[in-house]
Amino acid sequence: MSRLALVGLGLLLALPLVIEAPYYTDTASQILIAAVFAASLNLLVGYGGLVSLGHAAYLGTAAYLTAYLSVTVGLGHGTAIVLALLATAAMAAAFGLLALRASGIGFLMITLALGQTLWGVAYRWVGVTGGDNGIVGVTRPAPFGLDLSAPKPFYACVLIGFLIAMAAIAAFVRSGLGASLMGSRDQPRRMRMLGHNVWLVQWISFVLAGFWAAVAGIGFVYYHAFVSPHVLALTNSAEVLLMVIAGGAGTLLGPLVGAALVVILKNVVSAYVVRWMMLLGLVFLAIVVFMPEGLAPGARALLGRLRARPTARE
Amino acid sequence: MTASALEIRALRKQFGGLPAVDGVDLRVPAGDRRLILGPNGAGKTTLFSLITGELKPSAGTIRLFGDDITGIAPYDCARRGLARTYQILTLFPRNTLRENVVLALLGLSPLRLDPLTPLARRRELAERALETLRLVGLERLADRPLAATAYGEKRRLEIALALAQQPRLLLLDEPLAGLSREERRDLQTLIESIPRSITIVLIEHDMDTALSLADSITVMQHGRVLVEGTRAAVVADPRVREVYLVG
Repeated sequence: MSRLALVGLGLLLALPLVIEAPYYTDTASQILIAAVFAASLNLLVGYGGLVSLGHAAYLGTAAYLTAYLSVTVGLGHGTAIVLALLATAAMAAAFGLLALRASGIGFLMITLALGQTLWGVAYRWVGVTGGDNGIVGVTRPAPFGLDLSAPKPFYACVLIGFLIAMAAIAAFVRSGLGASLMGSRDQPRRMRMLGHNVWLVQWISFVLAGFWAAVAGIGFVYYHAFVSPHVLALTNSAEVLLMVIAGGAGTLLGPLVGAALVVILKNVVSAYVVRWMMLLGLVFLAIVVFMPEGLAPGARALLGRLRARPTARE
Repeated sequence: MTASALEIRALRKQFGGLPAVDGVDLRVPAGDRRLILGPNGAGKTTLFSLITGELKPSAGTIRLFGDDITGIAPYDCARRGLARTYQILTLFPRNTLRENVVLALLGLSPLRLDPLTPLARRRELAERALETLRLVGLERLADRPLAATAYGEKRRLEIALALAQQPRLLLLDEPLAGLSREERRDLQTLIESIPRSITIVLIEHDMDTALSLADSITVMQHGRVLVEGTRAAVVADPRVREVYLVG
């Protein structure tokens, strides 16, 4: 990404901190939380070639655990967050052992089954999860005396979390483990013969993807102050997969673009268009037809072509 | 007695009821250039996949420089000094030639599991990749994407990836397949330049080139070793003539 684009993106991210309408600041918070969620799935789908249809499991589990530990058990926010992150990462480690026994459609089906199992548990284990009613009454923390109940301080906190997550994911992509994961996506057989333990590389990446989805889950539960089985539903896993594919799988910017697209269509457009789901479908159809590689790489290629045009005439 | 780089005993591999490798015994001394010959379906590539751990044997043992490597994972074989090339190119299509070699170097480095250190900061990896590319005459194309690379150069890159692993035993599966006469000659020179500290086992159908590369030859048919010996002995053997004339 050029410096100019980076400055532009920085200004765009800082904008909700200065605009007055809380609605737009809240929408921006939702976009960044969804972007971390999508970026976590992108580790598997884009860089690992492992298409998961159960990624809501990690966002949902972290959200439930944070709500349960802080509301029902009465732990402090810091303890609840740390325990939720650790437990969700441990769950991802266990799920990875099961899911990575297969690849391709088998992997997709196992992740789907695991996600649906958790969704069923959230519905039925009423004593802990509150069943269909979920867990209500989650209050936002006040780190260092900073009250996060107002939209702007909450957005600032989410922005910091987003920047940390994106920096860690960008570092991962450029690291040896990132290179091993991408190599395992493209030529697993050759990678094994080059000394890479492909299974281990994919498993570590699976756990990291679960961890960053859990981070998004913490943001999710504090944003909504509520959690219900919907957070673990298949539609949530499918939606984040669409964010990754629409934005550009295997790119750093793609999940942010995809998240912005879905959240804006869902929150803003649905206020004006009754059949907004149909519009969402049409937008995805257009992306698949005209920019199959996704919006971020597609826009980059389009800009490249536009820049090259005058040179070609010369 | 010369130490064996590779020692195979009573190796069998069955797919369903069909034996693809059927009781193969093979001993390759260290430093040897061994050619494996045989018609299509003789079990040559299956034999390679059994040695590298890509296939699990039904029976038998495989020893690499005395260590039993029977049935161990390919990545473990690679770390014990075994490298191979593939008959069908198995390279990284989205990467440059240098990045392809870096992935080979990474396989034997602890950096392969490091999620934080940027590879770009590890200049020694890029420099070693360039040195390896120089060995196979591809250093000027180091930053070219694989997709923009000619087939003959990709064949050289296959060998570069294997050499980057600093193997003790190198298995070359039809390295000359699909090349023009000039390219075959150049690649033959490259294979001849590989130091004798690396033992080579080679499958090749281009008889003229292969025979000039080999110290000794093993001929396989129907998953079994038919004849083994020096070039002169094997070429003169009537059973070999029969296999190649009758098929």
